[in-house]
Amino acid sequence: MPSIEASNLSKHYGSFAAVSNLNLKLEGAKCVGFLGPNGAGKTTALKMFTDLIRPSSGEALINGVNVHKQKKKALESVGTLIEMPEIYPALTPREALTMIAEIRGVPKAERKRRVEEAVSEVRMSEWIDKRVGKFSKGMKQRICVASAILSDPSIVLLDEPTTGLDPRGMSEVRDIIKSLKNKKRLIFMSSHLLSEVSDVCDEVAIIDHGKLIVYDTLSNVTAKVSGGDNVVEIGLRNTVDVELVNTITAKLPYIAKAEKSDGNTFRINFTGGLDTQEKLLADLVKMKIGIVSYKTASSALEGAYLSLIKDTL
Amino acid sequence: MTETTTVSNNKVPSSLTQVGITTKYTFLDYFRSRRFFILLTITLLISALLTVVVGYYRPESFLTSELDFYANWWGTSATYVIILSGIFFGGDAIAGEFQNKTGYFGLPNPIKRSSVYIGKLLAAFSASTIMLGVFTAVTVSNGLYYFGLNVPYQFIESVFFAWFYLAAVLGFTFFFSSLFKSTSMSTIVTAILFLFAFSLIQTLVSTLVQIEPWFILTYGAQIIGNILTVPYPQHKVVTSFGPGGGAGAGIGGVSLTTFNVQIPVGLAIIGVYFIVTAILGLVLFERKEFTG
Repeated sequence: MPSIEASNLSKHYGSFAAVSNLNLKLEGAKCVGFLGPNGAGKTTALKMFTDLIRPSSGEALINGVNVHKQKKKALESVGTLIEMPEIYPALTPREALTMIAEIRGVPKAERKRRVEEAVSEVRMSEWIDKRVGKFSKGMKQRICVASAILSDPSIVLLDEPTTGLDPRGMSEVRDIIKSLKNKKRLIFMSSHLLSEVSDVCDEVAIIDHGKLIVYDTLSNVTAKVSGGDNVVEIGLRNTVDVELVNTITAKLPYIAKAEKSDGNTFRINFTGGLDTQEKLLADLVKMKIGIVSYKTASSALEGAYLSLIKDTL
Repeated sequence: MTETTTVSNNKVPSSLTQVGITTKYTFLDYFRSRRFFILLTITLLISALLTVVVGYYRPESFLTSELDFYANWWGTSATYVIILSGIFFGGDAIAGEFQNKTGYFGLPNPIKRSSVYIGKLLAAFSASTIMLGVFTAVTVSNGLYYFGLNVPYQFIESVFFAWFYLAAVLGFTFFFSSLFKSTSMSTIVTAILFLFAFSLIQTLVSTLVQIEPWFILTYGAQIIGNILTVPYPQHKVVTSFGPGGGAGAGIGGVSLTTFNVQIPVGLAIIGVYFIVTAILGLVLFERKEFTG
């Protein structure tokens, strides 16, 4: 089972603590969002997990191996995207990714196919033999995403992976992350986009001033700060009728509140965890009200995030 | 918790293999870069200028003997080609990993920093060797034109010394490249040291203090030109000027002391510079953090 663990992990620059005694253990196949304001220590922590920065104290462990002491072993099954890397400008994506594939020990017989698949996944196939120096930031970022998934890693560390991408690119990267989840990978992803985290992550770790504030499932984190309520957003095929919302509220006793959001969506606050959330979906489907989407409301996470961050100020 | 599916059958290669991988792709990047063609143009320009000037003016100092030819042609210019190669290929080799952020692409992978450092050093050495090779080829071609197939063995020795010196120059430039995070800073400091500071210190130390400048790399590099002088220049030469000049300067006269490095000392200086600076550069690179 893949694991990422920070054990009393700290990074100090003089008297400034960028990361302070971070203790966090992620295990199994899931996507964990890493949230926090600018300067909270997210990137510093991720850099310590890739040995770009040495810890002042404590350990960054991947699959139980100390990253700083045994980098080669620790990172052998880890794909990474930290900050916005630049690629040697005179190389083509095919060459740059083949270099990474060789470094990571992808078998020779599979290299060409893996590189082409990774490039195809980030929709850059037509640029595969053009020099990277001519690429836009977004195009380079796509190639870097391809480099992170190229070797079919069991763990993927992503530092704001959609930075620099246009809306379509962001959506495609989110799809890639979801497909990694389907392949049962452990994904640890920092982001400022709460909607993105709500969309793709199962759990969140929130950090501020270098300290971990909370690590829990998305629903538990939102529930904690919304008085025990979880919030889901439901999209309908047709315009939401207020009467329908009232009927649903009356029929399902565990619903605390339901209200129309906009034309085709409405939000439900309910008490309970994932089991209730699952039951709610099943009940709503039974009612045949024309559901086309069902997800944890990003604004709920935003509320939780703002509340938790405010508490630490 | 859900178990993950079986992951691919990747096998991370040995550090030595990874050195080779880094060398291959860094060299490819150098080979296609603008700087490669700029330096190739400069090298060809120096070669063309020498060819035209010697061909047109037929200077006696060049054409008296084959040794004089190689001493004046190769002995005076090869070191500049080497220094320029060092600046072009080594100046930003490591600093660029930080400033240009290329380090974020390659380093968060299962590869030791030492493999990246050595790989880049070998790539820079290979690219510089091409420049030195081009200059050597033009030198030999002109030598063959003027003196036929009679290439003196001292020239071959000099080429090996030049190659050795190239390694030391790159070791030195890699050290400065590891020291700074700014590519322009590392390049400028290296250029100033090799093109001005070392020569100035060497002259001041030998003429004013009359101490052999054994601690200066460019002093050690004198063996590249000196080997082409027969007999090999004396270690210490005192030249007197003014009243009572000649064999010994009298009252009011001035003595100028020059040192000519001997081959074992020259090789030792170059060797020590290469080993010490390359290792120091590696230690700095190993310790440097990707902050900011």
